[in-house]
Parts: sequence; structure tokens; C-alpha cells
Amino acid sequence: MSAAAPAASAARQRKRPAIGKILLYAFTALVLFYLVFPVFVVIPVSFSSAQYLAFPPPGFSLQWYEKYFDRRDWIDATWLSLRIGLITAFLATILGTLASLGLVRGRFRGRNAINAFLVSPLIIPAIIVAIGVYFFYARLQIVGSPFALALAHTALAIPFVVINVSATLYGFDERLEYAAMNLGANRWQTFRHVTLPIIKPGVFAGALFAFITSFDELIVALFISGTGAVTLPRKMWDGLRQEIDPTIAAVSTILITVSVAVLLSAELLRQRSERMRTSTYTGDNDA
Amino acid sequence: MASIPASPNSEATANVQRKRFRSIQRRIQLRYLLLVIPAATFLFFFYGYPVAAMLARSFNDPAWGLENFEKLFRVTRHENWFGLSIPSNGYLRVFMITLRISTVVTVLTLLLAYPVAYVLSSIRPSRANILLIFVLVPFWTSILVRSYAWMVLLGREGTINRILIRLGINDDPVQLLNTRLAVYIGMVHILLPFMILPLYSVMKGIDRNYMRAAENLGAKPRHVFRHIFLPLTLPGIAAGCLVVFILSLGFYITPALIGGPRDVMISMLIAQQVNTLNWGFASALALGLLVISMAIYLVFNRVLGVERLYGGTRS
Repeated sequence: MSAAAPAASAARQRKRPAIGKILLYAFTALVLFYLVFPVFVVIPVSFSSAQYLAFPPPGFSLQWYEKYFDRRDWIDATWLSLRIGLITAFLATILGTLASLGLVRGRFRGRNAINAFLVSPLIIPAIIVAIGVYFFYARLQIVGSPFALALAHTALAIPFVVINVSATLYGFDERLEYAAMNLGANRWQTFRHVTLPIIKPGVFAGALFAFITSFDELIVALFISGTGAVTLPRKMWDGLRQEIDPTIAAVSTILITVSVAVLLSAELLRQRSERMRTSTYTGDNDA
Repeated sequence: MASIPASPNSEATANVQRKRFRSIQRRIQLRYLLLVIPAATFLFFFYGYPVAAMLARSFNDPAWGLENFEKLFRVTRHENWFGLSIPSNGYLRVFMITLRISTVVTVLTLLLAYPVAYVLSSIRPSRANILLIFVLVPFWTSILVRSYAWMVLLGREGTINRILIRLGINDDPVQLLNTRLAVYIGMVHILLPFMILPLYSVMKGIDRNYMRAAENLGAKPRHVFRHIFLPLTLPGIAAGCLVVFILSLGFYITPALIGGPRDVMISMLIAQQVNTLNWGFASALALGLLVISMAIYLVFNRVLGVERLYGGTRS
């Protein structure tokens, strides 16, 4: 009877606020539509047979993709962005993972201050980092060097690795490491065979975030890419100010695809790591 | 422990053991510190030092002194601001425009995000996860691409104008692109996920039995919302507003692409000053932007305890 009473009252309540509920759901639908609509407008426009920006497109054509693949400068910019993204992901993942281990496990003085410093690039307005690094690079005369741009991107990407790896480390059962060391594993073996496999999803997610941070980054690139390190967002920005033909829609579609693919993988990894963590707690082995 | 009579001898051994324990502890902590040093050093060279040197430039470029700040605060005219006469100049005006845009964007984002987060947190988790994709896909798409999408939608020949004409609401295309309205539409679009996600995670952690209890005690739905649900979601509101406001202060790409000539935000002014080689003045503007961002962070933290509340939402 204790279960029946709340159910009955819930049914009564469900009938009453019907109009309010419909309005609420309609409002939510509208806002969600507003969120995704612009992203999905760009994709059909890129397959348009028209010579100008038109939505809905009058017909289907791959002409803008052909134009993109024919243009040397677009392809060069794409390769450069990929290369800089990979260097950034590599450096940020190593530096960020080591730092997270120290920050989550350590209890040394100044830990909170260092942690705040390592994640601060996330909240500082991008323009401030951009011009700071630009003045610095101008003095060193390395404006326009792809590797120098990758180093600047690494600074922006480290917070994402620290946040992702720290999150996996906080849920980590340290007794697993004690067990391994009790069984005779040394510190490195424990890290290699116990710690790393468990935090791996967080490390990979951090690497993916680092890659996309660099791949989509524009503001720092605007200042320090010069003429020698024109990345894809930089090239797109230059293009937008001169011509807005649908080639840029094709480039945008490629960028959307890369972002969604990369971050979908990050999300799957996160879910996997959560499953692994909960199974560690309950002693399940089938994850 | 305390009941065991302590002989001087065992006291000494305990002391030695305590000392050894402490030195081992210190060695372990040193090892953790060593792990942090590479990243901290890297960030010092490629972020901390460059930014600090840039900020210092506002006092020593072109010469030592407060020249740049005198330029920033030199009053050339008075601005009418909600009926008040505010001393101003072209640069301070940009700060005021930026603060106004950020405030409007934060309020609009909160108004749009709150009901959405509420619906997402009350439906079945499997459905909520599907709807969350609608929030996450734009969140993951680059700001440049999304600003470009709004250029396609809002242009004179753009989608929205064509719809308006076809529906007979307008006869001629209206100017939508390069207006303040476009800046609001684009910025709210980009920042909405930053508001929806913290609100959603706070609302999901609220025990709905509180509301049922209040209803059973005779409270009207609007009172239940006002006195129970709303106060419980305050941490999410605070966190979301803080993030959205601070991010909007630094916006550059969106207002530059879809804003009008009068919608100049601080970041755009800084970039323009760098390009005209007024590096010292650009640095002074950057310092101003940083001080405002930090002040807002500290106020939010002091008044609403965002950090503490963030910790409290991880239930």
C-alpha cells in the first residue's frame, strides 16, 4: 500500500500541469533546434550546386569539395593543422599526465597554487595569451614557425589533459598499487602494468582534447602563424574576410566532422573509464 | 596507546621512528613534486612569463611610467548610461560595450538554459543522453565554424531573410548580419552549452522527494519552485553565469565576424592596437581585461562560493 499511494498522487499530478509541461517541452525543443540548426546548415550548403551561399541548396554537387582538394593552399593548411595538432597532443599528454600524477597523489606545499597555474590558461581570455606569446616570439624571431605555434598550443592544451587525467586518478583505488608492490613489483612495473592501464581512458581523452584544442585554435594562430604557419582555421579566417563562397562551407564540414569524431571518441572513452572504475570497486572482472 | 607506561627508552625509539617516517614522507613528496616540474616549467616559459612580460609592457612601453593608463583614462566626453552621466572616451566606451554585451548574453543564456536543463534532468536518463548530443555537438564544433554558420543564416540573402520574405513578414531583406542582434544571437548560441551543462548536473543531483514532500504538505507548484527547487539550483546558476560572463568578456571571433562597426569588444580593440604597433597600449588594455575578469571571478567566489559549491555538486 505504501507504493500505491505515491503512484496515485503522481498520476493525479501528471494530469494537472499538462499545458505547462507542453509549453516547457516545446520551449526545450526550440532551444535545442537553435543549438544544432546552424551546425547542420553548413553541411548541406557545402554540397550545393549553386555558385553562392544558399540554404536550402538548389541541387547536389561536389564542386566545393573539388575546389578544396584542387587548391594547394587549403591542402597545405590542412596538413599543417594536423601536424601541429599531433605535436601538441603528444607534448601536452606527456606533460599533463605526469603533472596530474604529482598533483593528485602529492601532498606537498604549493600544490593548489601549481594546480591553479596549470589550469589557468582555460579562464584567461585567449587574446591575452595570444599577444603575450606574440611579443615573446617576436623578440625571439620565431613568429611563423610551425613548431613554435605547436608549443604555444601545448600551453593551451595542458589544462585539458590535467583535468581529464586527474578525474580518472581521483576515482583510482590506490590499494591496487599497494597490492602490486606487495607482490614484488617495483615502482615502474606498478605504473606500467597497474596504474597506466586504469588511467588510460583519461589519458587518451586528454590527448584527443589537446588535439582538437590545437586543430580548432584561431586567436593565437592569428598572431603567431605569420606567413610560415598558416593553419586551417587561420586560412579560413583569411578566406572569410575576402570571399564567402561555399568552399569555406566544405572546409567547415570537414572541421565539424573531425571535431565530432574526435570528441565522440573522447566521450566513449570517458564512459568506458567510468565503467572500469565502478567495476574495480565492485570486483567485477568482465569490463 | 596512552595506557602503556612510557619508558624513556621507548620514547626515544618512537622519536627516531617518527623522524624516519617524516624523512620518507618528504622523499615521497619530493618525487611527486618532480612529476609536476616539467609541465610547470613548460607553462612558465610559454605562457606565464610571456603574459607577465606583456602585462609589464603596459608600464614600460614606449617609456617607463603611466602614459598608457593616462591615455586609457583621459576623459574626452560624457556618456549617458541609464540616465547617469559617465566620464568616458573611445577606449572606455569599448569596455562599457563589452560589459553590456556580456551582461545581456549571460542573462539570455540563463533564461534559455534553465528550462532546458530542467527538462533534461527530469526525463529518463537514456532519453536525456540522446538530447544531450544536441547540446554537445555544437559545444564541440569550433567557434569559427559556428560564427560562419551564422553569417550564412543572417546574411541579406541568408536563410532567415528568405524565410521571412516567403512567409510574407517582410517584403525586402532586413539587415541582420553585422548588427548587435547578430552578436547576441551568435554569442548566446556559442555559450549556451556552458550554462546548460552545469545547471543540468546540479539539477540531476537534486532529490525530487523534497518537491514531492512540499507538494504533499500543500505547497502550490510555483511555491515549490520558488522556495525549494530554485534555491537548490543556485550553485549551478552561479557556476554557469560565472563561466559564461568571463568567456564573453574575451570574445573576439564572433563579434568581429557578425557584429557591426559599433560592436567593438575589448579583444578586438587589443588586436587592433597590436596591429597598429601600439604594443604598450595594447598591453594596458589587456591588463584591464584581465583585472575585470579576475575581479568578477573573486566576487563570485566570495559571494557565492563557487568553488565550494562546485565541490558540493559532485554527489
